[in-house]
This record gives sequence, structure tokens and C-alpha cells, in this order.
Amino acid sequence: MAIQSPTVDIAAPLVRPTVASASRGYWPSVGRRLRRDPVTLVCAGVLLLIVLSSIAAPLLGLADPYKTSMIRRLYPLGSPNHLLGTDELGRDMFARLIYGGRLSLFMGVTPVVCALLIGGILGITAGFVGGKINMAIMRVMDVFYAFPSVLLAISLSGALGAGTENTLLSLTLVFIPPICRVSESVTTQVRGFDFVDAARASGASALTIVRVHVLGNVLGPILVYATSLISVAIILAAGLSFLGLGVKPPEPEWGLMLNTLRQAIYVNPVLAALPGVMIFITSICFNLMSDGLRAAMDVKA
Amino acid sequence: MESLVPVEDRGGPAQPLLLASGLRKHFPVPGGLLGRSGKVVRAVDDLSLSVAKGETLGVVGESGCGKSTVARLLIRLIKPDRGTMVLDGDPVDEPHGITVNELRRQVQMVFQDSYASLNPRLTIGETLAFAPKAHGLPAAEARARVRDLLDKVGLDPTNYAERYPHELSGGQRQRVNIARALALRPRLVILDEAVSALDKSVEAQVLNMLVDLKTELGLTYIFISHDLNVVQYLSDRVLVMYLGKIVELGSVEAIYGDPQHPYTRALLSARPSMDPRRRTKEAPIQGDPPNPIDPPSGCRFRTRCPFAEDVCARAEPPLADTGAQAVACHMRIAGSGHSKAVAT
Amino acid sequence: MSNLLQVRDLHVTFVTPDRTVNAVNGVSFDVRRGETLGILGESGSGKSVTLRSILRLHPEHRTRWSGSIKLEGDEILTMGRGALSDLRGQRVAMIFQEPATAFDPVFTIGHQIAETVRRHTGKGEADSWTRARELLEMVRIPSPAQRLKAYPHEMSGGMRQRAMIALALSCNPSLLLADEPTTALDATVQIQVLLLIRELQRELDVGVIFVTHDIGVAVEVSDRIGVMYAGKIVELAPVEQMVDAPRHPYSRGLLASTVHDGMRGRRLEAIPGAPPDLAEVPTGCSFALRCKFVQSNCVARPPDLREVGGSHLVRCVLVDAQEAGVAA
Repeated sequence: MAIQSPTVDIAAPLVRPTVASASRGYWPSVGRRLRRDPVTLVCAGVLLLIVLSSIAAPLLGLADPYKTSMIRRLYPLGSPNHLLGTDELGRDMFARLIYGGRLSLFMGVTPVVCALLIGGILGITAGFVGGKINMAIMRVMDVFYAFPSVLLAISLSGALGAGTENTLLSLTLVFIPPICRVSESVTTQVRGFDFVDAARASGASALTIVRVHVLGNVLGPILVYATSLISVAIILAAGLSFLGLGVKPPEPEWGLMLNTLRQAIYVNPVLAALPGVMIFITSICFNLMSDGLRAAMDVKA
Repeated sequence: MESLVPVEDRGGPAQPLLLASGLRKHFPVPGGLLGRSGKVVRAVDDLSLSVAKGETLGVVGESGCGKSTVARLLIRLIKPDRGTMVLDGDPVDEPHGITVNELRRQVQMVFQDSYASLNPRLTIGETLAFAPKAHGLPAAEARARVRDLLDKVGLDPTNYAERYPHELSGGQRQRVNIARALALRPRLVILDEAVSALDKSVEAQVLNMLVDLKTELGLTYIFISHDLNVVQYLSDRVLVMYLGKIVELGSVEAIYGDPQHPYTRALLSARPSMDPRRRTKEAPIQGDPPNPIDPPSGCRFRTRCPFAEDVCARAEPPLADTGAQAVACHMRIAGSGHSKAVAT
Repeated sequence: MSNLLQVRDLHVTFVTPDRTVNAVNGVSFDVRRGETLGILGESGSGKSVTLRSILRLHPEHRTRWSGSIKLEGDEILTMGRGALSDLRGQRVAMIFQEPATAFDPVFTIGHQIAETVRRHTGKGEADSWTRARELLEMVRIPSPAQRLKAYPHEMSGGMRQRAMIALALSCNPSLLLADEPTTALDATVQIQVLLLIRELQRELDVGVIFVTHDIGVAVEVSDRIGVMYAGKIVELAPVEQMVDAPRHPYSRGLLASTVHDGMRGRRLEAIPGAPPDLAEVPTGCSFALRCKFVQSNCVARPPDLREVGGSHLVRCVLVDAQEAGVAA
């Protein structure tokens, strides 16, 4: 966790100089640590590339991702005009992968952001207020927790019916409990620090205390955790599409593409694996980046 | 806007600044079915005290005796199960009295852990300005107050207002904590083990500063510590606690010069000797303090007391006035049934 | 009396990507068999680092050592893995401030002590439990037979600390290292443990190094006291001389600023400022910045530890000058 009381460490007996030195805030020091972490930097770069190319896809002069062609089906990689070949309906793979990123990333990020808002507010409330409210909120979350996230997502999507909105809704519901639980635990931890008691003793309102003293200390760990959930969300969204519970054809989406290219696995296995490779790269980058952020933010001040 | 000027004394110098009576706090022990074991930690049991204007009341006792709970009860960080408090004639949290918020403006607290009591994400200036701003002081005035506060605790404002807690030494951080407690111009400051974590050479600096601030600002202190020497140095009156109860209360001269309760005596003679030629030969009492979850019946000290008799297990000794001090011991109560009881 | 432990010019530096900490800067002392050496210092003085160096407990990859630590003639700093693990526990044992961390919470006290006895001595099951019982008796734990079956969390702080001492003494070490073992204890329990350590030290004739920040505690247990400041011993003297006539301005300041009887109403003689940053090796006396007797030659070069009679050593130019004056 980002906030810790001084622990026993060989540097602990170090007493800081009393001479004035340039004061560094917390975030600048996190930035400094990140700049010295090549893995995180590379991952962030790759993600930036994927995100930017998805957003700017219409401007890149790619082939039409929806245009099918019966004669150009399943071209292998490296074909002229089709750098990454074509899919089972003769659509350009490169264009579909880039365009697919738009939906896949959207489906990965949106539910996490929504869940972050709802779960974060619930968790911070539960952690800060404590007592019966905490009990009520956390026991409800435990009910959701009882189901494995994949099963929960599938059953919710199944009940709500296929479609982008329903997938987003079910994924949001899936991610609220874990985010809520993490928010609750870090808030409870911060709540126990004397500086929160000191703030309470000053007569400030609960909202002011949360805004000034709690948020700054809990947001970091919660965001790091949420980042690591994005990769899960991408995989789950792709999984739902693969099962026909998410995005409907002909929309390009990595999970759905993986499904439709399934038949081609014996004809052109490399081609069939391409959407999977994209999912893999994106989610591993999110995971490594979240690890890097965690390490950079874990400053024993 | 609330006025942030110091509150004047109202009831005259003879009226106690703070009166607490019958304070009780029992914490449920987690565990068992549904998180309730049915057991309670009897942290503070029917404790009454008064603090006179301008004095320093020392509170001593070992871990688990409830001295920190007393501090938190007095500033209402935790709500007492029972008991009333009166601040300079005004009942606290009662229909005709003052609110808890008003109490907290006049009573402030300094915590032991100088690190945990400062928000690591805020600069010293932001931390000090927090309370005045929360009470509606405009930003410019709050800034001026921060400078004034840092000045008062001997830290150069231009140098320290923009620094973060981890850039300060333990002693400097504790100075900041003291400054924060003074930010609302309180009348009573509760110092809960405020110098215990500091190195001796720094402790002396902070103690000197506390003495100066008290005179300069006309403060009243409740000084809670396990260090008997420091309590003796600073206090006018001393309260000795054992397992949530007051065992002895009196002037510093009486408590240190003529301790009446066997526990007070043990505590005093357990202090390491500073003379290598007169080292402690024998520990004054054996064993550890019992668990406050299930305190012994009757007198809570009887399990470790060398003079314990039947009556000590049967009846709980009341805090009885013996002249110079008040003592809760059957040996000091005439006709209590203890063989060593004083004659009437 | 023969020297049990001989530490010469010990330097310990911690190197991390973020910073370098010169924690110990040239410490030399001896410990004789059957003697207690108290090391007194404030946080950051290097007292614990010095103590832990004797068992080489610091992470090897980021610690730089130089100098020499010899136990009964064997050099510890260059010792191989096998010899080092024989050293730890068998020849040198250590007790810590927090006894809760020294025991594994899932095993009983008896199991853990018997296990240690078995590992180091090769005794059988029954013998090692008998030995464990004797050890608990030795540290004055009441009803030891029952206590053997207790789990660490079932014991009070004072009992756990006694049990840890029993564990430390289980293999008859010749040197016992104590790192603030009574700091976390209550006053009435602290004195019991201090007396116990003093008695055991006499009974078993072990050498003890007792690290503490509390002068009173050091005076209660030590035969000699070494005062450390910024990684150096600034004064080393028999306990009576240290209390009666401290020579180094820091020792004097420390004694003067420690609150005790009869100081009420008087202003405390505080040492101004805070200890120096240990990132750089100081060119002169590390205490110079806080010293009220500072002179121009204090910062020129670090003063040497000089003997001022009766095995009393002081590291201060002031004392150098006085001694020179006496000699002249």
C-alpha cells in the first residue's frame, strides 16, 4: 500500500538533513521513479500506440473493415495490399484489428471507469463511516463475490441479452465488488491514522476530511488496482463476444473476430491467432503498467 | 463565521476548566459468532476528573490502563458509554450546553506518533491551515496564521511551510503537530505521549517549548505519558491509572514524595536507577498487568499486590480522600476490613 | 580477563539506488567474557547496525563492510556460510525489541525451543523438551511445564520476552546481543526483565552487548557504557565514570537533558538541532554543529578516540587539549 508508517528498514535510522533542500511532492517523486522503469515506459508506449491508432483509425487511410470479398478470403500474412491477410469473409485484417481496438478498448475501459466511480464511492463511504453502513455495503458485495467473475458476467449478459450496452452493464456490475472491497480496505487503513483523528478533532465536516485527507491517500492504490482490472475487462468482453453474448457481427471486435476466425484455425492458424495476440499484448501491457505504477507509488516516504 | 479568537475564561479562575464525571467506555471484543464474543474491554470505568485553569494534569499508567482512551473520550473522538463533561461551566453535548464541535475548538490533542499524525500528501502549511480553513478563516488569514504557528514552535515559516512531513525529523514533526493543535487557539491541550517517541536530546527541546507555550498562551495541559520522570517534571497534579481505574490522584509532590497506593509505589520504584552504585536489587512487583478484558474482581490491582487480602477480592475500593491525595486502596480506608487498614 | 569479542574500525555502509547511508563509521570496542557492555545512542546513531553486524544480519547485496569483528579469534566479516550459521544461535544469540516477531505464531513455545535445541545439539525428542523446560525455569517463567504448551499469543508481553531469552540461551552462546529488549515493555515489567538479564549474565558467564536509547536502562545493566553518535563511539567508559564524569560534550548533553528527579521547575539543558545526515562522511567531528564548545579545529579532521585514564576513552579535541595541558 502506498501509505505506511515507518517500518523497520535499514534506512529507517536515517535522520533527514535539517538544511533546506528543494521540496519534492509525492507525485513528482512517483514520476521520477516511473522514468527509471523501462518496462512500464515501454508498456505505456505500446498502449499509447494502440489507443491512438484506434482513435485515429478513420484517418489512417486503412481499408474498409466492413467490405467483404468472396474471392479474397483468408489471405495469408504479408499478402500485397493486405499486410496482415484477410479474414474468413475477405475483410482486411489489419484494418479490422485497428478498428477492433476501438470497441475492445472501449469495452475494457468503460466498465472499469463506471465501476470505479460506483465501487469507489461505496467503498470509501463504507471504509470511512464504518459500523453498520460498512457492514451493509460489504455484505451486499460479498453476495456478488460469491460468484466467479466470468460466470457472473456470462449469466448477467445471458439474462440481459446480447449487445454492447448490456455487456457494459454486466461488466460494470462484475467489477463493482472488487473495486469496492479494495477501496474499503485502503480507506479503513487511512481512517486509522492519527491525522484523520486530528482532522476530526479540529471539527471539520466528514466531507471535508474525506476530500482533503482521505482521497489523496486512497486514490493512488485504487487507481492502480483499477488499471489491473482493465486487462481482465478486455478479456471478459472479448470472451462474451466470443460466446455471442457481446458485440454482434459484423462489428470488428477482437473477441468476436477470434470466434469467427475459429474455422480458419486449420487453414491459417497464424491469422486466426492475430486477435488473440492483440488481446494478449494489450492486457499484458495494462498489467505490467499497473505493477510499475504500484511499485512507483509505494514510496516509503 | 465562527470567531477564531481565543475564548475568554468565563467562570472565574476557581471554576475547573474541564470536569468529567463517571466516564465509562467498554469496547466490544470482536470474534465469536457474528463478530460478537459478548466480551468487552473495560478500557475506562467510571472515571471522574477535574482540570483546573492553567494547571498541568499528568496521567500515568502502563499500556492497557486506558490512558489513551481517556484522551480520546475527553476530546470526543470516541463517544463515552456513560458520563458527563462540563467545560468551564458549559455541559458538553447536552441541550443547554455546548456542542461537541465547540468542545473540540477549545480542547485539542497532540498524538504520540508524529509520523502517522501528519498527512503525507499535504505540505506542513496545508496541514496547519486545514482546521482554520474548515472553520471559515479566509485563505490569506489562514496563511498568516500558519506563519505565526510555525514561528511559535520554533520552525522558520519560509523554510518549512512548503515541506512535506517525510522531509522533517521526528522532533520537527512533533513541533508541527503541536502547532496544529494550537491552530484553533484552544484553552486545553491534551498531550498523549507527545514526547515519548522522541530521542532524549530532542525530547528536552520539545519539553522546554511546551513549558514556554503554556506561559505564553495561558494554556492548560493534560499530559499523558508512561514516563514518570517526564510527568514529574511537567505536572502540577498527577493521576495514576491501572486497568481503566484511577488508583491515586494528588499533587505531584504528594504522589512522588509520599505515594499511598501500592501500585504507585511499585511504578515509582520500577524506574531504572540513575546511580550505578545503587542499582535496583529486586523488582517491586512480579508479573504483567492483567488483560483488561477480564479485570480481577474487587480491587483490580490485587493479583499483583503484595498486601492483597480477602476484602480486596470482595469489594472495590472507592477513591477516598486521605488529605494530600485521593487513593483507591482498602488499606487507606478505615474499617474496610483489611488488616493493615488505617485506624479511624 | 580475555577478550570474547574484538571489534576494530568497523565501517558499515548501506548502498541503495536512492542513497548511501554511512551507518557505522569506524567503531572499535572489546567485550570480555562475563561483562555487559551497554551501547547508548539515539535513533540513527548506528547502535543497532553495529549490533546486527556481529551476526551479519544485514542484506549482503547492499551492505559494504570494512574493519574486523573477531569472536574468540575467528573473523566474522569473512566467515563462510557454514561457519556463519554455526555462529548464529550457537555462539552468538540475539534478543529483539519485539518478541512477537521472534516466535512463529502457529507453534507452541515449547515446540520452538525444543526444535532449536535439537537442531543445534542433536539431542533426542525427550531430552530437548526437558531442556526447554529447564530453560523456561531458568528465565523464571512460573509453571513452566504448562507454559511449554502455550502459543506465543497466549502469553503476555513480559512472558514472551522471557521466552525469547530462553530461546536465545538454548544453545549456551558465549555472547548475547540485546537490541532494546525492554523498550516495548511496561515499566513494572521492564525492570523484571532487566534484572533477569543481569542475573543470567552472571550465572552463565556470558558476554552481553545491550543496545538501548535509555540511559537509566543502560546504567541498570551495564559494566561499561559506550555512547554512539552518528556512527561513531564518542565515549566509552566504566558505568560509574560515565555517570559521574562524562567527558564528551554529547554524553554530557545527553545526561543533562534526560529528565529525572529534582529537575522540576528548572529549564532543561537541551542539545540544539538534530543528528546529521549520514549520506556523507563528515570531515570533522560529527557533533560539531550542535556542540556548544565548538572550536575551529573541530571541523578540520575527525578527532581520535583518546584514553583519558582508567579505560575511559573520549573522542573530542577539547579533551585532547586538556590532556595535553595536564601532560605539559
